[in-house]
Amino acid sequence: MTSVAHSVAVTALVTVLGSGAFWWGTDGFTAFTAETARRADVLRAPRPLPAAVLEDQDGRVFGIDDYRGRLLAVEFIYTRCTTICNSLGMAFRQIRDRVPADALGRDVALLSISFDPERDDPASLKAYGIAHGADGEHWRLARVRDAAQLRALLEAFGVVVIADRFGGFEHNAAIHLVGRDGRLVEISDLDVPLQFAAKLEEAL
Amino acid sequence: MTAIAPDRARIRFCALGALYLLLAAPPVRSWLEATMSGHMLVQIPLLAAIGFAACRLLVAHHQERLLAIAGGPIPLVVVALFASSWWMLPRALDDALAHPLVEVAKFVSLPALVGVPLALAWRRLGIIGRGFVWTNFISMLAVLGWLYLAAPQRLCNSYLVDQQESAGWLMVKLALLLFAAWLGHLFVGGPPVGNPRAVHGP
Repeated sequence: MTSVAHSVAVTALVTVLGSGAFWWGTDGFTAFTAETARRADVLRAPRPLPAAVLEDQDGRVFGIDDYRGRLLAVEFIYTRCTTICNSLGMAFRQIRDRVPADALGRDVALLSISFDPERDDPASLKAYGIAHGADGEHWRLARVRDAAQLRALLEAFGVVVIADRFGGFEHNAAIHLVGRDGRLVEISDLDVPLQFAAKLEEAL
Repeated sequence: MTAIAPDRARIRFCALGALYLLLAAPPVRSWLEATMSGHMLVQIPLLAAIGFAACRLLVAHHQERLLAIAGGPIPLVVVALFASSWWMLPRALDDALAHPLVEVAKFVSLPALVGVPLALAWRRLGIIGRGFVWTNFISMLAVLGWLYLAAPQRLCNSYLVDQQESAGWLMVKLALLLFAAWLGHLFVGGPPVGNPRAVHGP
């Protein structure tokens, strides 16, 4: 009978260990994909962002750090994108329209960052901005020219960009909130822009 | 199990080692991992199969000893279930591609925690036990394949949506094929599947 007891004991042990590993590895059985994990991780521990030199649709050079003290909504796009970036653009527009006019620019700003700096020069950024209703001031469009800086920025945000077969890209699309302290504090789905806007208003 | 002459066992062991190294070689690794199907349905199963085959090359009394230490076949099957389920998580696939340490963990755990335990347990499993492992595996494959097909968004950040879809289809097809093969084996016969020995000792 001791062999049966041995078997039961080891089975119980490995079941506990296995369940524990799953619990730990899926953030308490909540995050089964890397995308949910990224969001949970940011909520738990806001991430500092690396310095990067950005160039906007008018050729002005700036940094994300320049927005310190303000809330900044960030999305990642490429201007030839015909699918998900359009939904992102719509979501951004809805958010912009919901933020009180006096807070816009003073306390809240929006930023669309292109991850395709080769093709997205200021002119195409400008055209993309006009198409989506960006004003170029409170909602700017920018690219990161330095490849290493862009890579570091994407990594910090947890954005994975892969080329598709049609010369475009697929990327995990979301709306990112950078807090007043310059850290990435929250990542939202792009299909609930009103919730995001409500959160912004709350934080004003 | 049938005894294998030591020198033949050594040759087979070397062949398995070579296959393992081949899978770990960067060009082959990135080639298989470039598609979701290659990653999930070729690389991962092969790694587990290498562990399984390598374990069967061990001398029988060593296998018995390991089996005794582990407490019989049931804990071993549980270990294999946990470890194989882990590498079916979309998150685990993404992590393996993004972090070299996770990739190493994948290459170690699939042979060691899926292949080897299953091979040790397999000798002792009766027809019911083997049936449980098969049906469990087949249903997991089918459910996961269906999930990949039905998911409205990308589950893996590292793979395109159409790859997710093709991997889903392949999984469903593979599950049906395996199920048919298993049923056929069960009813039409062939060599007896179950080990005539009882699952538990006296």
